[in-house]
Amino acid sequence: MKALLVCEYREGKLLDASYELIAFADQLGVTKAAVLIGSEAAAPQFDGTVYLAEAASLGEYNPSAHKTAILAAAEKEQPDYIIFSHSSYGWDTAPRVAAALKIGQVTEIVAITDSGFEVGCCNAKMRRSVKPVTAQSVLTIQAGAFTAVQPAGTPRIEKLVVSADSKGVSFSGYEPAEAKDVDLTKADIIVSAGRGVGKKENIPVIAALAKALGGELGASRPVVDAGWVEHSHQVGTTGQTVSPKLYVACGISGAIQHLAGMKKSDFVVAINKDKDAPIGEVADVLVVADVLQFVPALTAQLQK
Amino acid sequence: MKILTCIKQVADMESRFKPAGGDGLWFDENDLAWRMNEYDEYAVEQAVQLKEQLGNEPELTVLSIGPDRVVEAIKKALAMGADRAVHIQDSAAHQKDPWQIASIIATYAKSKGFDLIFTGMQSQDRGSAQVGVLVAELLGLACATTLVGFSYADGQINAKRELEGGLKGVVSLQLPALVTCQLGLNVPRYPTLPNIMKAKKKEIEAIPVDRLLAEQPLSPTTSFYSPARKGGGITLEGEVADLVPKLIAILKEKTTVVR
Repeated sequence: MKALLVCEYREGKLLDASYELIAFADQLGVTKAAVLIGSEAAAPQFDGTVYLAEAASLGEYNPSAHKTAILAAAEKEQPDYIIFSHSSYGWDTAPRVAAALKIGQVTEIVAITDSGFEVGCCNAKMRRSVKPVTAQSVLTIQAGAFTAVQPAGTPRIEKLVVSADSKGVSFSGYEPAEAKDVDLTKADIIVSAGRGVGKKENIPVIAALAKALGGELGASRPVVDAGWVEHSHQVGTTGQTVSPKLYVACGISGAIQHLAGMKKSDFVVAINKDKDAPIGEVADVLVVADVLQFVPALTAQLQK
Repeated sequence: MKILTCIKQVADMESRFKPAGGDGLWFDENDLAWRMNEYDEYAVEQAVQLKEQLGNEPELTVLSIGPDRVVEAIKKALAMGADRAVHIQDSAAHQKDPWQIASIIATYAKSKGFDLIFTGMQSQDRGSAQVGVLVAELLGLACATTLVGFSYADGQINAKRELEGGLKGVVSLQLPALVTCQLGLNVPRYPTLPNIMKAKKKEIEAIPVDRLLAEQPLSPTTSFYSPARKGGGITLEGEVADLVPKLIAILKEKTTVVR
C-alpha cells in the first residue's frame, strides 16, 4: 500500500509536522511519496519521491492550485492514502482533494486500530473508529499524535507544473502573532485556567499557583476568547503545543484541541469538579474539587 | 443578495455520553440537552451582521438537518436575525457521513443562487471539519476556512484565517463564496424577546431528506466507545484540606518540581 504525504510550507520553510506524516506512514506500514508546494531547498529529507510545485508561483495559500498540485501528484503516484496534518492548512485542503476524487476522508486521527482509524468525538469524551469504503482515502492526523521521525535520506525531486489559478481566493500574506508576553514552549511548569475558573476576576487565583510553583500561566481557548487572559497563554491546537515537566489544568474539561496541545506533558494534574471530564484521560492525578476552593489552599500550603 | 447559513444541533458537551442500543455507533440521545453547535453560532452572527451592514436587503436563510428537535436551534437562528429557515427532516442524520450531509446541502442549495454561505468550521460532536468545504467544492464556490476576521465590500470578502501559534493569514474571496467560521470570529448575540416573538412568524420550510439524498457514505463509523483511561492515572476525592497534602506528597514523589 502507498501513501502520498502532503507536506506544509510556510514563510519559506518546511513545517516540522511533515516528519509526523512520515512517522504515521511508517506505523501504517506503507511506502511513501510526498508532495510539497514550496521550494526544492525545503523538500522533506527522506528516501522517496517528492513531487514539488513552486510556492513562488502558486502562493503559500491558494487552495485551488494546491488541490490541483496534490491531485497531479496523486495521479502519478496512485496512492491508497493521501495524508495531511490536521492543521489550518490540512483541514482547509484535505476535503477539496477528497471531493475531487469522491473518496472518504478521516479527520484528526489519533491511533490506528484493527477496525479502522481512531478519532476523538463528543469533545474528546468518546472515540470512534472510521473506515472509508473507497479504495483510496484522505486522512488527516492530529498534531503531535504521531512522534516525528528524524530527517534522514535524500529525496528524488519531481517537479510539477500547475496552473496558479486561485479561483476567486487570494492570499495577501500573514499577520504576525501579537507580541507574546510569555513563551510557554520553554516553561517547565504550566498552570492553566479553564472555563471552570468562572470569571476574569478569578484568574489571579490560578496565576498565584503558577507563581508558587515557579511556573507560567496557561489557558484554554474559551478563557482567551473571553478576554480573561492574553493569547500567548493559550495552550492547544491553535495556541501553543507544550510539554512541560508539570502541567496543572484548573477547571479545564479537556476539549480535543486542548488535549492535543498538552498531552505530551511529563506529569499532568487536573483539578475539576467533574470526575468524568475528558482531561482525566490524560491526567496522572485528577483532583475532584472546586478549583476556587482547592487552588488557593494548595497555593497557601506551597508558600509555607 | 441571498445568504445561507448551515447549522447543526448538537448535544450539550457537558453531558455524559454512552453508546446507544441498536448498532451502538453513536451515543444514546435520551435525557440530553441540546444546543446550536458553538461554531455555527459565530456563522449565524456573522451572516446577520452582514445583512445589517447591507441595510437588511439580503435574504438570510438558515438550514439544519435532523429530527424535529433541531427546530429549536433553527428558531434561535431566526431570533438572531435569519429571515426564513429550511428544516431537512431526518431522524437518522447522525448516521450520515460528512459526504452525505454535504451532498444534501449542496442539492438543496444548487440553483437557489446563494451568493454567500456561512458554516461553522466543524461540529462539536463529530468534529470532522469537512462539510463546509465539501459543500463549496460541490457548488464550485470560492472557499476559505477558520475565519477569525471578516469584512465585506463590493462583492469581495476580506478575511483573516486563524493559523497556528497566533499567526493569521489574510485572504480575500470573490462572491459567490462559502466561509467556515472559527470560535471568536465575533460575539454572537443573545436573541431579545421581541426578536424571539418575531421569529415565531418566520417560515420554516420542511423537506424530507429523501428528496435530497442520493449518496452512500464514504467514511462510515465502525465502532463508538469510551476511551481507555491512561494507565496509572489516579483520582483523588474528598475534603480540600485532605486533598492538598495528598497532592503535594504525590508531586514530591513523582516530579522534581516541588521540594
